[in-house]
Amino acid sequence: MKSSTLIKVASQSILKNKMRTLLTMLGIVIGVGAVIVMVAIGQGAQSQIQDQINNLGTNMIVITPGSSNQGGVNRGAQSYNRLTAKDAEKIKRESLVVSAVSPVVFSRTQVIGGQGNWRTTINGVSTDYQIIRNWDLKYGRFFDQAEQRQMRRIAVLGHTVWENLYPGQDPVGQSVQIRNVPVVIVGVLEKKGQTANGTDQDDVIFAPYTTVQTRLSGWSRIFQILASTPSTRDIPEAQAELTAIMREAHGLSRWEEDDFTVRNQNDLAEAAQGTTQIMTWLLAAIASISLLVGGIGIMNIMLVSVTERTREIGIRMAIGARGRDVLTQFLVESIVMSVLGGMIGVGIGFISSNVLGQVTGWNTVVSPTTIMIALGFSAAVGIFFGFYPARKASSLNPIDALRYE
Amino acid sequence: MDGQQDFVMRTRGLRKTYVMGKTKVHALQGVDFTVHRGEMIAIVGASGSGKSTLMNIIGCLDYPTGGTYQLDGVQVESMGRNKLADIRNQKIGFVFQGFNLLARTSALENVELPLLYDRSGRKMKIRDKAREALERVGLGDRTNHEPNELSGGQQQRVAIARALVSSPAILLADEPTGNLDSQTSVEVMALFQELHRQGMTILVVTHEKDVAQCAERIIELRDGRIIRNELVRDRRDAALDPVPANPVLQQPAGRA
Repeated sequence: MKSSTLIKVASQSILKNKMRTLLTMLGIVIGVGAVIVMVAIGQGAQSQIQDQINNLGTNMIVITPGSSNQGGVNRGAQSYNRLTAKDAEKIKRESLVVSAVSPVVFSRTQVIGGQGNWRTTINGVSTDYQIIRNWDLKYGRFFDQAEQRQMRRIAVLGHTVWENLYPGQDPVGQSVQIRNVPVVIVGVLEKKGQTANGTDQDDVIFAPYTTVQTRLSGWSRIFQILASTPSTRDIPEAQAELTAIMREAHGLSRWEEDDFTVRNQNDLAEAAQGTTQIMTWLLAAIASISLLVGGIGIMNIMLVSVTERTREIGIRMAIGARGRDVLTQFLVESIVMSVLGGMIGVGIGFISSNVLGQVTGWNTVVSPTTIMIALGFSAAVGIFFGFYPARKASSLNPIDALRYE
Repeated sequence: MDGQQDFVMRTRGLRKTYVMGKTKVHALQGVDFTVHRGEMIAIVGASGSGKSTLMNIIGCLDYPTGGTYQLDGVQVESMGRNKLADIRNQKIGFVFQGFNLLARTSALENVELPLLYDRSGRKMKIRDKAREALERVGLGDRTNHEPNELSGGQQQRVAIARALVSSPAILLADEPTGNLDSQTSVEVMALFQELHRQGMTILVVTHEKDVAQCAERIIELRDGRIIRNELVRDRRDAALDPVPANPVLQQPAGRA
């Protein structure tokens, strides 16, 4: 039998029993729909986290102070801060792999200017910071090397600060008061949004770290050093190099532990990705149980159908159908049914994940791969659960089948 | 006299034994008969005489326990299931008592069915052949009707068209008038006779005397053996079967 004829014959017998076919397909429809929605939620979360991580900066390496261990009492991470701006400068001078380095020093304070006042964080960074964070400007410019060296009283406003102090206007050239020191605004940054844990990244003012250390906060310690490499491939090498430079800068002997920690953005990203990946699989696994139940429904109906159509099978065999023809016919029927159900399920899954995304505000992603896998899976269900009934049909004795009432 | 081309089928010592627990039922106990090309034969016998078993074996639906069976030049008794299916498809046209048409399927599609399973590789226009077969049985205007929209006689004629469509070597009819009233029975038997006149080889299993009288030769079975094999009507062009000892010529018509 030609395959086109086979599909025609299968569709005919499926159409002869519309209501039953519909109900049987419903199991597959719900199963596939559930898988699509669940995977969409999982992948949505995954892509959201990926976005947030990329948002932090590309190929970023973070050096933070290490823990202090005095007399066997470990006081935990960052308890013993020996990072200085000199470390960052040394890295800038000596590193061959790292393309940008910036020390970071924070100070939280009240700022007065424009429409009123606002409590925010002053971040002392270097000119490289803009490169590391891959952050565009809305107005004006970032400060340059010379201004950094000269400890100029200048600042770049984060989007949130700008919105609160100078809504809708270009504040470049105006000045704000930070701890009673007038600071001239040279630029405003574009909006960056929230971090993965909900902190507003735009509620910040950037100034040269030199200025912050000497004129605004007076602290010589810095809280972290950020660095970045031109490509992701360079990160392992850069990490090793930075560790070596830092150990040298802190004069650590061979048996002393690092008094700092070097981490990279990708470690963070992978950890987060790993978690959501597991989540996605878990959701998909739960949803596939309904697909399994749908498959059993198909098997059930196909078995009933084989019994009901015993006479038809007998007729087909009497006029020359081989066992294989009958097997294929019933197998194609269950596959057509499950694939059709799968397609409807994909449609419903697609629509409901979009609706769910709209209603809950979650990010949902239905990828072509998901659709292909879902369709493939439903076809596999059709074959798997259709085989036994089809086998049963094909092994009928034509004489008994013809006599069946 | 007994050349290869001369006969469509021949059985020699055909036996069939059913084993039911400890008892053995000998349904056929050595059946020899020959069907010549173009003959119309009736097989008669009381129920339990073995005619259904014989029909199943002749129809290649079942295997004999012993003996040989040659159909259209092919030795059939030891063929595999798949080959047998192909033989049924190519060489045999079945007509059943209960019509056995596919429900909710048009007459045309029912007639097409055997051609869908054709593996001979011969090229043909399935739809045209099916329509042609329906016209041959006088149902050219009923092609799109489904079985439940047709009368019993019409349904049986669709079944005959389905049996004819693959141009088989022999037409096997199992109680073809069993589900029909007497008037329709006459019509259906007239159709068989018409086909017979056109050269079709036809074998009818029946227990109705009138139906048997339409045939040229009557083979009677009892307890799995042929007890009568006689020519009941003259046939100009066919050689006589060697088995009958005393062919008796009888008056065919007007006895109903």
